[in-house]
Amino acid sequence: MPRVTELHVNGSPVKLDADGERTLLSVLRDDLDLTGTKYGCGEAQCGACTVLLDGIATRSCIVNLGSVGKRKITTIEGLGKKGALHPLQAAFLKCDALQCGYCTSGMIMSAFALLQRKPDPSDAEIVRAMNGNICRCAVYRRILCAIREGAQAMKEAK
Amino acid sequence: MHKGTTSRVGFKGQAVHVDIEPERYELAAAPVYRFDVDRRQFFKVLGAGVVVLLFVEAAIAQESGGGSARSGRGGSRPTELGAWLHIGEDETISVFTGKTEVGQNIRTSLAQAVAEELSAALDRIELVMADTDRTPYDLGTFGSRTTPDMALHLRRTAAAAREALLDLAAERFHVDRAQLTAIDGKVISRDRKQEMTFGQLTRGQQLVRTVTDDVPLKPAADWKVAGTSAPKVRGADFVTGRHRYTSDMKREGMLHGRVLRPSAWEATLGALDVTAAEAMTGVTVVRDGNFIGVAAADPLLAARALDAIHVEWIPNPQISNDDLFEHLRKHARGAPDANEGERQTRDILLKQSYTIAYIAHAPLEPRAAVAEWQEKKLTVWTGTQRPFGVRSELAQAFGISEADVRVIVPDTGSGYGGKHTGEAAIEAARLARAAKKPVKLVWTREEEFAWAYFRPAGIVDIESAVRRDGTITRWHLHNYNSGTAGIRCPYEVSDVRTEFHRSASPLRQGSYRALASVANFFAREVHIDELAAKLKMDPLAFRLRNLEEPRLRAVLEAAANAFGWKREKLGPNRGFGIACGMEKGGFLATCAEVLADRDSGSVQVTRIVAAFECGAVVNPEHLKNQIAGCVAQGLGGALFEAIEFQNGKVMNGRFSDYRVPRFSDVPKMDVVLVDRKDLPSAGAGETPIAGIAPAISNAIFAASGIRLRSLPLVPDGLKVQEA
Repeated sequence: MPRVTELHVNGSPVKLDADGERTLLSVLRDDLDLTGTKYGCGEAQCGACTVLLDGIATRSCIVNLGSVGKRKITTIEGLGKKGALHPLQAAFLKCDALQCGYCTSGMIMSAFALLQRKPDPSDAEIVRAMNGNICRCAVYRRILCAIREGAQAMKEAK
Repeated sequence: MHKGTTSRVGFKGQAVHVDIEPERYELAAAPVYRFDVDRRQFFKVLGAGVVVLLFVEAAIAQESGGGSARSGRGGSRPTELGAWLHIGEDETISVFTGKTEVGQNIRTSLAQAVAEELSAALDRIELVMADTDRTPYDLGTFGSRTTPDMALHLRRTAAAAREALLDLAAERFHVDRAQLTAIDGKVISRDRKQEMTFGQLTRGQQLVRTVTDDVPLKPAADWKVAGTSAPKVRGADFVTGRHRYTSDMKREGMLHGRVLRPSAWEATLGALDVTAAEAMTGVTVVRDGNFIGVAAADPLLAARALDAIHVEWIPNPQISNDDLFEHLRKHARGAPDANEGERQTRDILLKQSYTIAYIAHAPLEPRAAVAEWQEKKLTVWTGTQRPFGVRSELAQAFGISEADVRVIVPDTGSGYGGKHTGEAAIEAARLARAAKKPVKLVWTREEEFAWAYFRPAGIVDIESAVRRDGTITRWHLHNYNSGTAGIRCPYEVSDVRTEFHRSASPLRQGSYRALASVANFFAREVHIDELAAKLKMDPLAFRLRNLEEPRLRAVLEAAANAFGWKREKLGPNRGFGIACGMEKGGFLATCAEVLADRDSGSVQVTRIVAAFECGAVVNPEHLKNQIAGCVAQGLGGALFEAIEFQNGKVMNGRFSDYRVPRFSDVPKMDVVLVDRKDLPSAGAGETPIAGIAPAISNAIFAASGIRLRSLPLVPDGLKVQEA
């Protein structure tokens, strides 16, 4: 597959030089040093690798670099303005919605994508949307609380 | 201290025994160290200030089952440094501990303990953790021991530091010491005319203090910082993706490593041809004994290099999980004679068997290591719960001195007992040595499922007798392979016999959260329920009738009250179940409500209440988190998790085949904390997981009349509905 020399990441074009067959996950982490996005399973089952492609939650572990094209990539590092946490990130802290923290980036990105589509989701809708994200420390109820809090904060910010 | 505590790490003058449970198969006994402290070193590294050293009796580890104790030299009791603390001129308070942070939030609770005793602000406390060059020796972060041991060590160390600061201030202020108080990082005189910050007091000092046994500690009832739900230290680093786990680390010139795995367990090497891989540009291939690996500039190249290796494996036929329990029985050591005559009794007898499957830890961060050689010195970053144990493993693997090995554990993406050993560290270091560059090695999820160790499978046989009036008169329990944790019977029974029998495990096995408590609580609490059913007695009343331990009675009652325990038959297909137990200083009672339909076969867990007491609570919200996490994680092992294996291979070794609890699996849950400020704090990271399986099994029986005696209970699936 041809090499890829440019991507659009977190609002800016970025130069690189990588084999198009590499996974997007690996390139983000290993070439661009954006290590906030994590590897958990490599088969899109756990959600730790979730990024946004043109605003759509995507499992970067099964995306070939070569297929990304000009789509805008948003990673956890791109959430929130410089120095300030995004309301969703602040909500995760407030609700203590993490223990080991490894699933947290993926949880926040998936939740962010949900709240873009549905700013006021019911609990059932949150569960359905988030069910593809695994937390092995099983902090699930706290994460639900954080997403509800974050949704509220995001609405108020508008 | 409740009966059943088997380990204490004490201070000078106190006896110390650390029993390693037999089911910690992956551990080797730890050597005893004598730590010679060069006090000048502290100030060289840390800068001027005050250093407080805590010496503890060295942990003398004994292998259970008759292994010989490894003792220190000569007649004197060996001591080692347990912790140290440094107060610097810049007001930072650095605390050094060999414990690891793997998501149990001890980075926060230990900081709270220090802030409390020292009377300093929480955000001034910096914990340096799990670095074998900088922190004191530690046996490992497991066994729920951090709170009862390390928190206590750090409290004493911090209290001694506080006393040292008061002494310094008394000199400076020319005031009687009794006139001074330490508060909010300052020492203030009673008349408020004089005050100095801790940093100011330490300026120009190089003062070393050793903690004495009699340093006064603040009683838990007076806690202002400990005992509160302080937010997770460094939490912002995790929600922003800034925190670097081992697998996120980068070193100059670093390569990515992969290991060639055998086709199955116990397969041996037939033919091997690495020439194609070696010919690839930028690839290093290593073949060393039974280790075959590659390192390359990016993970894709490394994967391609691995694929380019031509290899033939000779399989070694093995059993499948269909034959597992028969196999465990057949190879059991010391099993009771089947024809042993039992004493005659007019009591009601019950004899049942319970089985427990192998399950995987499946930590979301797979094991990983970054290894770097600098001349003779090896540094490895790795997510392990035993940095010092891994240091030994590395020294042994490479035939070098431990002094030339440094292991650093970044805050890690969980372990649950699965990250005690140093495979990834050794693999990365071997590749790094050959490539002469740092190597990062991250196990794939498939490797995690196939090549890590599992929670032991097991069989528990129970034979009991009970009088018509509800008194249990006999309790004979035999556990095969899963272990001894939680095996003790908490009920008052005169004829008690509990025995553990080793067997031959076809799968690699080792520590898992709560160890054999899950198996032993499950078998016991289901069996207790079966006895109650035989007598047509309420399961709660039956337990209370046979229980004297007040702390266990207290959580049983707390759980039952919070849950709304009822004896009467509920609606169709609806049932309540209860279970209780005590282990490692924690007292647990769990109630479950299920909807179980005999006809459709569907089971829904609608509600859980867990009551827990572990002495004085250091951080209530984090404790609730741990308990809720235990329950939700435990749902997996209770309901649907099981390793399927055949002829040396895991058949369901990925998340698409091995079901783990997800958002939709978590029922409505309430956690009731019983806070005993008058009792020493015990650990809580494990025991709460052990009540969920029996509570659910008992609830399923109440709802449907079906008695389930095997874990997992309903592997075909679970549906959850909010009550």
